[in-house]
Amino acid sequence: MNNIEIKLKDLVKDLFAGEKIDVLIGYENGSLPLRSRPCFVHSAGEVDRLVWNSYCTNNLAVYLPRIFQRQEHKKEETPPPRVGIIAKGCDARSVVGLLKENQVIKENIIVIGMPCSGMIDPAKVEAALDGAGPYSCQGEVDGSLEVTTSSGEKKRLKREEVTAEACLECSHPLAEGADLQIEGEPKEACDERYEKIREFEAKSTEERWQSFVKEISKCIRCYACRQACPNCYCKICFVDQTKPRWIGASDELSNVMIYHIGRIFHQAGRCVECDACVHACPMDIDLRLFTQKLVKDVKELFDYVPGLSVEELPPLWTFKQDDSQSFITEP
Amino acid sequence: MNKTVDNWEPKIVAFLCNWCSYAGADLAGVSRLQYPPNLRVIRVPCSGRINPLYIVKALQQGVDGVLVSGCHPGDCHYISGNLVARRKFALLKNFLAYLGIEPERVQFSWVSASEGSRFAALIEKVVDEVKELGPAKKLVKKGL
Repeated sequence: MNNIEIKLKDLVKDLFAGEKIDVLIGYENGSLPLRSRPCFVHSAGEVDRLVWNSYCTNNLAVYLPRIFQRQEHKKEETPPPRVGIIAKGCDARSVVGLLKENQVIKENIIVIGMPCSGMIDPAKVEAALDGAGPYSCQGEVDGSLEVTTSSGEKKRLKREEVTAEACLECSHPLAEGADLQIEGEPKEACDERYEKIREFEAKSTEERWQSFVKEISKCIRCYACRQACPNCYCKICFVDQTKPRWIGASDELSNVMIYHIGRIFHQAGRCVECDACVHACPMDIDLRLFTQKLVKDVKELFDYVPGLSVEELPPLWTFKQDDSQSFITEP
Repeated sequence: MNKTVDNWEPKIVAFLCNWCSYAGADLAGVSRLQYPPNLRVIRVPCSGRINPLYIVKALQQGVDGVLVSGCHPGDCHYISGNLVARRKFALLKNFLAYLGIEPERVQFSWVSASEGSRFAALIEKVVDEVKELGPAKKLVKKGL
């Protein structure tokens, strides 16, 4: 058990003892190596389930809108629960976004900021082991990850080589503005970003279209990307609407494309690049290549970075008189 | 319709705002200005009313180009509808181009109620550009 985990458990026990929260959303050990899964802790006795390690990839903010949603079918209204949430930099930014969109009750939430040193991408570990698969993981020693493969071989992998893409490019590893902070050393913020996007932009129209087709044709429309995203809390998603029916139900390619264009466009000015969608995708679609384009454009056109302040208006709720209009067609 | 024939003409859907661009189109007609008949006009209350999905959906249904036109910035009947729309469209235009859809297929412009000649010139330009690209194939639903 690491130092941060002990501090975290003490803090959460204090919160329960002081009756400050009803439920805590955190991580517990998963059933597979290199995985931690989200868990809900309801009392001080359960706190020992909690873990903090390099596999806590899920964005826990995804549960908040559902927790705070009004239960319309219930006759008597129960007061909304007081929620504690363990937050990496990206989760905390998601919480800010949800606060902004009135999906979270400010008085009822306690954000516990974690010093995030970047999460490990199991897919990258698997690729580094040439498909032998990690049988078990012994943890981290001196900046490398020790794993035993299914053939019993022990291997050491460099941490940077197996860190998730989103974490390598993370600009806000520290959960700024969190109510409580666990002390520790977070990863350094990365300033060199959008390199892949620029590379993609430089390609020809036809090449870009071919890459888009290639990525999207992998999609099986399981909607895992939507379910994993904290920003996707609509009661009825546009793909499920029947009046009007925006998208046909078949897996015809144009339908799938419109789903992805629609979903990604709905994240404009809201996406915090946590890559929950990428990690959730069972078909390994490189969604980051497309979601990040909008993040970059929002930054460049409107000088806005999502999830940093509750007061600042989201870019598509507002406007400036002198917004760029170089895209307008002049006859 | 067979799209390979030589005399192919593009189909263009134009979303025009009720207060400026639709009136501008009307003026062009009343003034007997000539412009290509490739438009299918859809009148909307304001350019801010246009959901980006309308545009994407139109492309899926097989139109060769989409034109969105509203009041000039500052002239919106609803004060700021077109200014909010401008932000949306800037992102959408960039995003669709990024995915590899020719930027000429989706165009945005401002036409006021008094600009009949601007409207005619705009349509001429858009139709010319789309004609150059040929029939739309990307994003079009199969079997259309």
